[in-house]
Amino acid sequence: MTASTADARPPELRLPKRRGVELSLLIGAVLISVYGYAAVGLARNNAVPPDVAGYGAGLGLLALLAHLAVRLRAPYADPLLLPIAVLLNGLGLVLIYRLDLETPRDQAATTQLVWSTLGVAFFIAVVVLLRDHRVLQRYAYLAVATALVLMTVPIFFPAVNGAKIWIRVGGFSFQPGEFAKILLAVFFAAYLAANRNALAYTGRRIWRLQLPTGRVLGPIVAIWLLSVGVLVLERDLGTSLLFFGLFVIMLYVATGRTGWIAVGLLLAAAGAFVVGSFEPHVHSRVQDWLDPFASIDAGRGPSQLAQSLFAFAAGGMLGTGLGLGHSILIGFAAKSDFILATAGEELGLTGLTAIFLLYALLVARGYRAGLALRDPFGRLLSIGLASILALQVFVIAGGVMGLIPLTGMAMPFLAQGGSSVVTNWIIVALLIRVSAEARAPHPGRTEAGAIAPIVEEDPPDVGHHQGAGR
Amino acid sequence: MIRYIRRAAAFCLLLLVALLVNAARVQLFEADALDDNPANRRTTIERYDQPRGDIVVGDEPVTGSKDTGEQLAHERTYRHGPLYAPVTGYASQTYGTTLLENAEDDVLSGTASVLAPLPLWGDLTRSRQPGGDVVTTVDAAVQRAGYEGLAGRRGAVAALDPGTGAILALVSSPSYDPERLSGTGSSVTDAWAELNRSASRPMLNRAIRQTYPPGSAFKIVTAAAALDAGVVEDPDEETDTPSPYVLPGTTTTLPDEARGCENASLAEAIRVSCNTVMARLGVEVGLEDMLEAVGGFGFNDDDLRIPSRVARSNFDTDMSDDQLAQSAIGQFDTTATPLQMAMVAAAVANDGELRRPHLVDRVTDHDGRTVRREGSDTYRRATKRETARQLQRMMVDVVENGTGTNAAIDGVRVGGKTGTAQHGVDNTGTPYAWFISWARDPDSGRPAVAVAVVVEDASANRADVSGGGNAAPIARAVMEAALTRSR
Repeated sequence: MTASTADARPPELRLPKRRGVELSLLIGAVLISVYGYAAVGLARNNAVPPDVAGYGAGLGLLALLAHLAVRLRAPYADPLLLPIAVLLNGLGLVLIYRLDLETPRDQAATTQLVWSTLGVAFFIAVVVLLRDHRVLQRYAYLAVATALVLMTVPIFFPAVNGAKIWIRVGGFSFQPGEFAKILLAVFFAAYLAANRNALAYTGRRIWRLQLPTGRVLGPIVAIWLLSVGVLVLERDLGTSLLFFGLFVIMLYVATGRTGWIAVGLLLAAAGAFVVGSFEPHVHSRVQDWLDPFASIDAGRGPSQLAQSLFAFAAGGMLGTGLGLGHSILIGFAAKSDFILATAGEELGLTGLTAIFLLYALLVARGYRAGLALRDPFGRLLSIGLASILALQVFVIAGGVMGLIPLTGMAMPFLAQGGSSVVTNWIIVALLIRVSAEARAPHPGRTEAGAIAPIVEEDPPDVGHHQGAGR
Repeated sequence: MIRYIRRAAAFCLLLLVALLVNAARVQLFEADALDDNPANRRTTIERYDQPRGDIVVGDEPVTGSKDTGEQLAHERTYRHGPLYAPVTGYASQTYGTTLLENAEDDVLSGTASVLAPLPLWGDLTRSRQPGGDVVTTVDAAVQRAGYEGLAGRRGAVAALDPGTGAILALVSSPSYDPERLSGTGSSVTDAWAELNRSASRPMLNRAIRQTYPPGSAFKIVTAAAALDAGVVEDPDEETDTPSPYVLPGTTTTLPDEARGCENASLAEAIRVSCNTVMARLGVEVGLEDMLEAVGGFGFNDDDLRIPSRVARSNFDTDMSDDQLAQSAIGQFDTTATPLQMAMVAAAVANDGELRRPHLVDRVTDHDGRTVRREGSDTYRRATKRETARQLQRMMVDVVENGTGTNAAIDGVRVGGKTGTAQHGVDNTGTPYAWFISWARDPDSGRPAVAVAVVVEDASANRADVSGGGNAAPIARAVMEAALTRSR
């Protein structure tokens, strides 16, 4: 399968395309999901759910279509990205279906399947239509403008469960902030790629910190302030934290100035302290985190976080088995923000570790593409997109497990939530595109003019990463 | 840029490690504490996930389980709920468990280690076996005879097999249906409130958890003390007792309800129930020997379990002589549970050896295999064998010629003692009517049953007749049922 094309390239320049590997892994991912679906039915009703074939066929068809799109339009793409996305999405559907059994009046699995289909459609569209990721660089300012609009709009809609992040039109609702993540990553990547030399080498030096000039720093801080301001108005601390972390990581990767990290952490600490102290919604979350069992002692029953911790604890090492836990006790948001608790209870530490490793692998493949690419925009974009996933997993998983204060956010691919699943499919599509670019053979390829000498600061690394592990 | 990308990647790795370490913390190291948090409903859900084991009387389970399909799936049901409520107690999803449901909860709910297929299996896996059954010593006919005898009046019946200590009946009246408390929700909380509000206190287990002044029924214990201590050598010899008797160190006089008590012998004093003779004998025996005697019958024991806890029956340990005189006739601070008084009768019937009272015969696993059997062992040596024989003769005389003729059964050797205990401010309350007795089939080498009956609202005069009139017929019915059983 890998050698289906008969182009006569010199053998030393040819990287295997690995589409066959991708297809086998996809089959595995679909089978694992179908097995999970059947296991829920067996555990609950002693019977395989009647629609297991349909579910398997549906997921399989989606995977196959996505695979065909990659095979045709991005044949050199990283073979792990798509199977991991399909597996996580499939597991998410299983977990949501499993929780649906506890809430007969609130069925979410079908809706989630529709959203997943839409997500795959977007994935295919991006892979097919976006032939070169560098095109995105041109639309940096359009992206940031759109992102700001998307983040601003929900302020005019009523708050849902304390956070103004939803747009509801009829029965249809979505979180525009989810899409803004990608747009901001595109903007940051484009802006930093164009200005990183100025950011890195100009400006005053105070003690050992190199501070940039206001001229280059101005726009980016303005954007950052604006986005964080909007988010504080919307009371969505999780996304705020995500944007901020993304901003700091991309800035650091672009300039290598540790001063940015110091300034960033200082700003973050100050911001977190102020918001945590004065904003009641966030303040209560911090209190919950400091003492998850305070509400029990006060006679008001366990808080959601306490219930979540109970669920994880009940899972132990091996878990109760799919369909046999009681994570529904968490109540509200069990299928969305707290979906990981169901995974933790029913799959145990073993299953949870596997899920974390899947995410880690996804992030690692994004970073790897970033290392292999030669254009700074592509690099920053893939690092940014991978970091979105990493930060998002950390913020929500750390939140529901009591590591950091809980902030509402969707576990990528697993959690119920249409905007989130569509966004994540687009992120994976972009990663597929940049990884295809990174792995594709380009003999005598000329780099884009934006390449700066600084890239060559560490040439052995470049060679190492392009040559190793292929 | 590559170096910075790698550092950023290392940062992401750090996040991953933090998540994994934290996951291990929650799921492994703190898991037990979280599992045991009282607010964690999982233990409760698991507990009701399977049918509860049954409590068995004879061959018939008197309990059951029904699947409600709710989050707490199985609810307790009771056949003949009010009849056996003093035996089973309740097993409520809202209010916990009591009595046997409580004492044998680990067996019934399947967590007992004896139910596990391998030793330590349950402790290691924290797993739950199908609920085991608890087979009681209760005899259905005896229990029913006591329950129907009380006929809803406030009171209690306790019946024992004197030779083994097996409890044949524990009746408390009025009773309630524990099934009303099984589930959750407003019907249960309403029932709970109603039962607790009720003036007749139907949830009180009068047979083992309520103490009453035993009144004249206690004279058997005083007689045993007098004989064992050598204060009385011959029960038929006249005692030098005035009637009425002036309590030592006071000017208070103690009258007799019965006639012919002046200088009456011990046997005569028991037959017609003389207060004066027995009070004086108590003083002569002295506090120390009296305490030894009451202890031998099981008084002043805080820790008696059958396996449910039995309330302490009291005989004060520090008294003046006038208080001792009143205590010796079952007044002052002397109180006893009906089970305690049944134990007094049982000890006399069993030649002075008191067997440990117990309610559970054996425990079986879900498949009916016996995994634990309650042995019968000696609880106390109440009196000397000879003393017990003399007491038996005196108690038979009570039934044949004295205050307890209502308890007589044709062709059966029955010994008994009536009691009427005054209580309330200035003894204005309706007296409690007592009857304690035992029965022995002449063909059998051993006594069949010992029984104690108390009727709280005995509608009769204050004479000892009320014990014989109200309580003795119930005791007779219970004894007859027990005799049928042993034949």
